[in-house]
Amino acid sequence: MRSRVPWLLVVPAVLGMAFLVLPLAGLLVRAPWSTLPRRLSEPQVLEALRLSLVTASLATVICLVLGVPLAWLLARTDFPGRRLLRALVTVPLVLPPVVGGVALLLVLGRRGLVGQWLESAFGFSLPFTTAGVVVAEAFVAMPFLVIAVEGALRAADVRYEEAAATLGASRFTVFRRVTLPLVAPGVLAGGVLCWARALGEFGATITFAGNFPGRTQTMPLAVYLALETEPEAAIVLSLVLLAVSVLILVALRDRWVGAAA
Amino acid sequence: MLKRLSLVAAIASVFALAACGSSSTDGAAPSSAAPATSAAAPAELTVFAAASLTGTFTELGEQFEAANPGTKVTFNFGSSATLAQQITQGAPAAVFAAASPATMKTVADAGLAGTQTVFVKNKLEIAVPPDNPAKVENLKDLTDPKVKVALCAEQVPCGAAAVKALDAAGLKVTPVTLEQDVKATLTKVELGEVDAALVYKTDVIASAGKVTGIPFPEADQAINDYPIATLKDAPALAQKFVDLVLSQQGKDVLTKAGFEAP
Repeated sequence: MRSRVPWLLVVPAVLGMAFLVLPLAGLLVRAPWSTLPRRLSEPQVLEALRLSLVTASLATVICLVLGVPLAWLLARTDFPGRRLLRALVTVPLVLPPVVGGVALLLVLGRRGLVGQWLESAFGFSLPFTTAGVVVAEAFVAMPFLVIAVEGALRAADVRYEEAAATLGASRFTVFRRVTLPLVAPGVLAGGVLCWARALGEFGATITFAGNFPGRTQTMPLAVYLALETEPEAAIVLSLVLLAVSVLILVALRDRWVGAAA
Repeated sequence: MLKRLSLVAAIASVFALAACGSSSTDGAAPSSAAPATSAAAPAELTVFAAASLTGTFTELGEQFEAANPGTKVTFNFGSSATLAQQITQGAPAAVFAAASPATMKTVADAGLAGTQTVFVKNKLEIAVPPDNPAKVENLKDLTDPKVKVALCAEQVPCGAAAVKALDAAGLKVTPVTLEQDVKATLTKVELGEVDAALVYKTDVIASAGKVTGIPFPEADQAINDYPIATLKDAPALAQKFVDLVLSQQGKDVLTKAGFEAP
């Protein structure tokens, strides 16, 4: 027996899809296809693409290493001020990225609270370096991972963990052998989301890490500057970023996230 | 079945409403231009101006509103190149004041600009933090690899001027960053993240002591002309605003901020 088509859901769903997909179609329609190969072979494009992929991946690794334990702390422990901490952790989600970049400068910049100490102790400063790009991207992307993993942890059945604990496993062993495998799909989904956000990061990056080809100029920055003078070049760069991210996201979903979920 | 019918009717009415909406705005478009020309009705004027004109044009806008009661001047400040793109893509601007003839040309080539007049000139200066940690004294000091320098990206007028000035001096500077506009470049100096930057003299003055300006002779080779023009289909008020910018009153405001007469 087939149920009737729920128009009340289908109509807004189709409108929503059109709203999300049409701008992408616009990019494809307006793309300067004839000059595409020549523009793509420009070394600056490949350089920006390589830098984008490397920094987004590194930022995701940092987010996983720091963000998963943080999500565990928020979901599995109880301490005074936990709700406040949870709210604070998600602040980068609502903060305009440019403001995030300024905040990073004030803390990690050459004259920042921590940065001046880094400079005097190690002669090292983060702004205008590739490491700075990674820091800016991780700052903006980590909340996506934390929220996804925390949600997965809250949805997971704690009885498995309790059973492991009654059998004598330490809290870390429980986390490593029971909790983590249990929420693996959530971690992967969060990681993918985090990577995608890092790849598209613009505001915090240009503010904190500046813009220099080969060192801090990621694809979104290249797109923005190309738009100033040569909109066609900006469209080409956008297409490249779009194609690469769709390709990787589709591959990841099929391989891990889709299969595991 | 009845439920379904009513839903179809509801959707149909939504589309009908939408259709009404669009047709009524079509109808309103020519009539909205008409009252703008008559002095009595409240009129709005949209001015697109280079980021470096933020302070001066805001002041001139207030003077204009005071002199023409009932008018409202709205500004869109930003990188001239971005503004030019927005105008050619159909942004509803009445006046465009650009920081370079090249960006104005983008608009003029699209057949959208009226008569262009150069109303001011702007010169570059070296901006350093007040304590000048790298002891920068002239343009040549910026070539020292130990000195961290911020420049504007070549795509925006201040960056093009910087390249011109450095070429004129025969110097090669490797900056740590190429910023998206002159205000972002200045911010990097204000925060002490770089030791020096090339920005406009007007930006140094506007920073009110947060950076120190060092004039350099090669800046004369890279003077930026600022053209202003009314745009296609602009109300008569637009020309009045341009007249104010070009008047003695306008000159006073602009030169006080560090701009030079053309």
